[in-house]
Amino acid sequence: MIDLELAVAFGAATVRVATPLAFAALGETLVQRSGIINLGIEGAMLAGALGAAVGAMIGGPLAGVMVASLVGVVVATVFAAVVVSARADQIITGTAVTLGSIGLTGVVARQYFGSGGAGLDLPTLAPMAIPGLAKLPLVGPVFFVQSPITYLVYCLIPILAWLLFGTRFGLQLRATGESAPSARAMGVRTARVQWIAILLGGLLAGLAGATLVLAQVGTFTEKMTAGRGFIAIAIVVLGRWQPWGVASAALLFGGATALQYLFQASDSRIPYQFFLALPYLLALAALALAYGRARSPAGLGKVE
Amino acid sequence: MTTMLLHRVGVWRAFGPAALALLTGLLLLSAFLTLAGYDTMTALAALWDGAAGSRYAIFSATLVRAIPLLLLGLAFAVGARAGGFNIGMEGQFAAGAIAATWSGLLVGDLPPPVAVTVVLLSGGLAGAAWMLVPVAMRLRFGVTEVITTLLLNFVAEATVSWMVAGPLQEASGGYPQSDPVAVAARLPRLLPDARLHAGLLLALLLAALLWVAFRRTGWGFRLRAVGAGPTAASTVGGIAPLRVLAGALILSGALAGLGGAVEVSGVSFALYQQLSPGYGFTAIAVALLGRLHPGGIVLAALFFGGLEAGAGAMQRDAGVPAVAVQVVQAVVLLTLVILARRTR
Repeated sequence: MIDLELAVAFGAATVRVATPLAFAALGETLVQRSGIINLGIEGAMLAGALGAAVGAMIGGPLAGVMVASLVGVVVATVFAAVVVSARADQIITGTAVTLGSIGLTGVVARQYFGSGGAGLDLPTLAPMAIPGLAKLPLVGPVFFVQSPITYLVYCLIPILAWLLFGTRFGLQLRATGESAPSARAMGVRTARVQWIAILLGGLLAGLAGATLVLAQVGTFTEKMTAGRGFIAIAIVVLGRWQPWGVASAALLFGGATALQYLFQASDSRIPYQFFLALPYLLALAALALAYGRARSPAGLGKVE
Repeated sequence: MTTMLLHRVGVWRAFGPAALALLTGLLLLSAFLTLAGYDTMTALAALWDGAAGSRYAIFSATLVRAIPLLLLGLAFAVGARAGGFNIGMEGQFAAGAIAATWSGLLVGDLPPPVAVTVVLLSGGLAGAAWMLVPVAMRLRFGVTEVITTLLLNFVAEATVSWMVAGPLQEASGGYPQSDPVAVAARLPRLLPDARLHAGLLLALLLAALLWVAFRRTGWGFRLRAVGAGPTAASTVGGIAPLRVLAGALILSGALAGLGGAVEVSGVSFALYQQLSPGYGFTAIAVALLGRLHPGGIVLAALFFGGLEAGAGAMQRDAGVPAVAVQVVQAVVLLTLVILARRTR
């Protein structure tokens, strides 16, 4: 039954790789629902990754997760201040925030870990089987023998769905994203709503970075997010700005990335760089298919 | 008196935001380096020495790095004037470099001017071709070019990685890099003892051409009209906004691809990974600092070329990682984007 083992390994890798993408994309879903496109989540994720590495070295994995979320929020604060309060262009601001994060993390990492980089001896979040559920055939070992932070994503999906579609705040958020002037006319404090959405998005991007360091790679390297934040933006579109859709889309991208492990195991003649490029190509295809069919928030990206 | 005042206002509008942005950038970098525990004065001194402290620094480092920044800055400006954001210049640069290397390995028997022309043209074409997918997706599905060009950067990176380990790997197969391109395919140097090459003249010529084209031609006017308001341009001006945008983006891709070809033909003579230290992103700051004006972009490219050159020296002499200058770029961008909002 070697095939079943391989399928389980592939499935588990898919979920593991999808977790940081899901965090970042769920956060960006909130942000885009409020009418803002934040290219800076790539930077927030990278800063979160460094925060997680530093935090984990000082106080263990849990401290790493806390520091990462905090750092994500700090990076998002810069973006929100420039975009919401100073009403500047979102694309340029997001690009600048990402560039700045690459610079800052590079300098801090060098200062903190030395030129050799962070060691591989960071305390990490090891997979933890959930009693009972883990025993389910196939589904159990794929979904329920994961790092604890993955279980956080499972909880986050329904919470976000409820927040967006079941609360007054969610209604205000969606109204702001469709048309900020109309929302304001109805008495919504749109700037406050967008600030909250961006900060939550930053927190989740920070958690995405923490997942990358503490549950996948086990160390920090310069530019380690490698565009995952941008892929998350494609995931949001493919998931049609719906939490469950976004989570499923993240799983699809996790699968595309995990394919390379599968092919490395078999000795295929396809160059491995093809698998490096695959998630990005898939993201492009997803955008072509999903755009137009799903309606984006009408006010997305508009500067008033 | 009034005219003098007006003149002063004009000078502020032209150079004030840029000067303020640069000053803020350098100040924040210094503050940050101090906070991070570096010897800030040593670092800044090394930055200056590496950028302008010697003949070598100017003619073999700063000006050499200003060339790709100028070409890519112009590339960004062409798109941005029509309201399109080409965030994928890094990818088009790589595509241009691949094509230039490929053709540069084949043209050894041609006379040098012909060989160089072939190499540069192939790079420009490859950059334009790399832009076709984002343009098609924008026209056909309405997908913003911001995300598609950005995603293609990573595809380009993987393609280079494959090229230098596969089809274009050096014959000896030792390292992940290509063989050097034919001598005939190389841009001539401008000075006997410096790395500065003729790509500078080409880039300046293109800047001058675009300066005229932006101001004096119908095309330049259409770009601006579409960039200012596509609906108005089409209703009042009878302009097809999407067609103008598509043309501008493809030209933008071609200029970025040319940048990659010039880098191969004038500096590296071979293809390897990380040929660009992020020129594609730095050039966004260059274009915005130059206010999308070719003359301004020339000045901004010189400044950022110096910053890139100085960054290397800073890493060598003061142990500050070269990526630190990206903090300056980020702050410059943020300051400019806020000021642009205020003065509009």
